[in-house]
Amino acid sequence: MAVSTASPTGSFGPPPPTTAGAIVVEGLRKRYGSDGPEAVKGIDFSVAQGEIFGLLGPNGAGKTTTIGVITTRVRPTGGRVLVDGLDVTQDQVAVKLRLAIVPQRPNLDRSLSALENLTFHAAYFGFSRKARRERALELLEQVGLAGREDDRVDQYSGGMAQRLIIARALIHRPQILILDEPTTGLDPQSRLFLWDTMRDLQSRGTTLILTTHDMAEADQLCDRIAIVDHGEVIALDTPRGLRKLLPSEQGVEVVVVAAGDAGTGTGDPLEAVRSTPGVERADVVAEAEGRTTVRAYGAVDAGDLVDRLKRAGLELVELRQLEGSLEDVFVHLTGRELR
Amino acid sequence: MTVRREPGGFLAQALLQPIFFLFIFGRVLPEIGQAQGSYGNLLLPGVMALTAITVSLQNVALPLVIEFSFTKEIEDRLLAPLPAWAVGVEKIVHAALRGIFSAFVLLPIAALVLPDGLQLGGANWPALIGVILGGAIAGGCVGLVMGTIVPANKINIAFAVILTPLLFTGATFYPWESLDSLRWFQVVTLLNPLTYVSEGARAAIGTGEHMATWAIPLGIVGSIAVFGTVGLLGFRRRAID
Repeated sequence: MAVSTASPTGSFGPPPPTTAGAIVVEGLRKRYGSDGPEAVKGIDFSVAQGEIFGLLGPNGAGKTTTIGVITTRVRPTGGRVLVDGLDVTQDQVAVKLRLAIVPQRPNLDRSLSALENLTFHAAYFGFSRKARRERALELLEQVGLAGREDDRVDQYSGGMAQRLIIARALIHRPQILILDEPTTGLDPQSRLFLWDTMRDLQSRGTTLILTTHDMAEADQLCDRIAIVDHGEVIALDTPRGLRKLLPSEQGVEVVVVAAGDAGTGTGDPLEAVRSTPGVERADVVAEAEGRTTVRAYGAVDAGDLVDRLKRAGLELVELRQLEGSLEDVFVHLTGRELR
Repeated sequence: MTVRREPGGFLAQALLQPIFFLFIFGRVLPEIGQAQGSYGNLLLPGVMALTAITVSLQNVALPLVIEFSFTKEIEDRLLAPLPAWAVGVEKIVHAALRGIFSAFVLLPIAALVLPDGLQLGGANWPALIGVILGGAIAGGCVGLVMGTIVPANKINIAFAVILTPLLFTGATFYPWESLDSLRWFQVVTLLNPLTYVSEGARAAIGTGEHMATWAIPLGIVGSIAVFGTVGLLGFRRRAID
């Protein structure tokens, strides 16, 4: 699957990026109405060109408002947002030329065919009649909808509609593609297709912003993730860096068996592990077929641990770093209460 | 697009009511002696004006309410590299074309329905086209006001409350000048953009009396200015949170 974003003629699509920061959000605030709730209470982050950036947060955290400001649909009450160096409240048309969005809910024109949905969109972006048809057919082919171009979109399945929306978003070769909870309700095939498409776009230099509840998705795809809650960024790091925020989940897990030549060792793995510097707590989590699995929590020196196990007359079968899932991090940071 | 996809549906929605007005008031009533035989000549321009305005109004208001509330199609348009208000103008232009088309389709129909056929010998065509065009745009502007102000769950009520008075206070079925015996009503009708369009079409076709010629463009342009401004402000309010 290859989605072309390069313009063959150079005559359509937005200009190439001019700044290193695709999106800069500074002190963004948004209050709906004069005395309504403040949905966003001072958010800061920036997204580099060519990055896949995740915005994670519970429902009502302020993700959609933030996306709305970036796409010029929501007027901020404070702070500023730059897209490729352009202020979203002042250069709306230039900003819109550089962006595309795959919305949370399908918003295809249901009275039109698939092809017409794409050519209408292209017309708004200034493509000539011939160019818009060519570009639309090319993208329909790429998203696996060739031969279905004349179907009315109200006959499309959820997955097909999603692919058509992606094709529509890519028509004008955006520098920045924003996906607002794109995989909600998709089957695994459609989700994998979307992930492949996102990686492919990134390899061609497109910047992607993804909002999602799906932690596995964010973990797989995103270079960096901002976790947003109650209108604020509460954590911003790489997926790996975020996992380190789980205090209890740092450590190692070892699987050992008693060595054939036990020699002078005690043969007690738990004791060997506990004697290692940096281990705050250690537990035996499994014992089966002569193998013992021990988890050691804390900033453990793995090399030292291995030496001590060997001296205790134990043979190391497996050693792995303990890492919590992103979901654990998310719940750890945002709490368990329902929104 | 619906014109091409569902021509039958569009024409029925746009033309059934005006055809029945022409038939009942222009043909049946004179036939049974309840109206003058020439009433149809006075009625036709009014019905053309009514059609231009209502078709245009409905083709802005109804899709807009649905798109803002349910289908969200408009979101993709609002992300096009245009100022938000341009999307509102585009809605008006689109609907106005339908309104003009519907109004002029009535001419051949009237030729068949009315007892005297068409009396267009003295018609000033550029003026007629200009008046109908102005009416269709004014109707689109009223539609934009309705489509952006009325919440989706109240749109059926709004249509009933607005369309019926619009229909009967717009000098469609009577020349405005003849209302001088009912002065208060004559004044009320001046608030309705349709009054100027009906009178304008009557003046352009050249059948019967009509209000002062200077008042007609003034009324039409004024209606477009007032409803257009309110409508576009409302549109911007809905388009940008």
